[in-house]
Amino acid sequence: MPIRALIIDDSSVMRKIVERSLRQAGIDLSKVTEAGNGAEALVALQENQVDLILCDINMPVMDGLEFIKQLPGVPNAKDVPVVMITTEGSESHVVEALSHGARGYIRKPFTPEQVKEHVVPVLGGKS
Amino acid sequence: MKSLGEVLATNGSHETWIPLLETATREVFELMLGCHLAVPATTEETTPEVTAMVGLAGQLSGVLSVRCSGKAAALMTSKMLGVELDKVGPEMSDALGEVCNMVAGNFKNKIPGVAEGCMLSPPTVITGSDYSLHSLADSPALEIRLLFESEPIVISLMIHS
Repeated sequence: MPIRALIIDDSSVMRKIVERSLRQAGIDLSKVTEAGNGAEALVALQENQVDLILCDINMPVMDGLEFIKQLPGVPNAKDVPVVMITTEGSESHVVEALSHGARGYIRKPFTPEQVKEHVVPVLGGKS
Repeated sequence: MKSLGEVLATNGSHETWIPLLETATREVFELMLGCHLAVPATTEETTPEVTAMVGLAGQLSGVLSVRCSGKAAALMTSKMLGVELDKVGPEMSDALGEVCNMVAGNFKNKIPGVAEGCMLSPPTVITGSDYSLHSLADSPALEIRLLFESEPIVISLMIHS
């Protein structure tokens, strides 16, 4: 089943890399929405239904941890699985992200295989 | 939380971090760009045309920089985006900044006791070679020189303890 993904990262290059890695991981993407920070992502979710969110942590305006805290307040996205993708290796950030509902955590640098390993299980058979 | 002094007592002097810095750099290029870095035959000085810098603050404070030619930066961007070299445009700064960010993050995550208490700044990228960089670093910079697609790149870590 084709997946609609929201990719949140303040680097446009990294957003493209994440999209390419998803495709290389064999995930069938029907639509990709991009956002440069958590606040932009919350706006994008008002207009776009998505099946998967991949989110950086360190971003300006609204970081990934604040975004994931606010996500339950978005009616059409509160149950969408979120996988964090970040250079931040701090265990406390991992624990905080997972405690607020993140379903996975990928550290940069990563391979498409690692993306597949963390993303496919959270899609619940949709991919 | 360990102090940097305690971390150094555990891990030895800064020089012992050079292999970690090289491994962190190689992993970023292999995983994200699909390229193996080579060791240059000589260590002659090259003039950088693009410099990316990421600040480290907390238990480990300093600046990590990646310096290279414009051609190398364009090649990195081409490989990261999967586009032809002649299609590379203004995203070159973004790409080199991300490379620097990933090297810095990967490096600090390899030092026991540092990952938790060290934050990274957003990357800054300088284009051009006519500049002087003054850091508050109080020890000699750790520096490694490698070849990316035959183009020299210099990764430098200036530490302020």
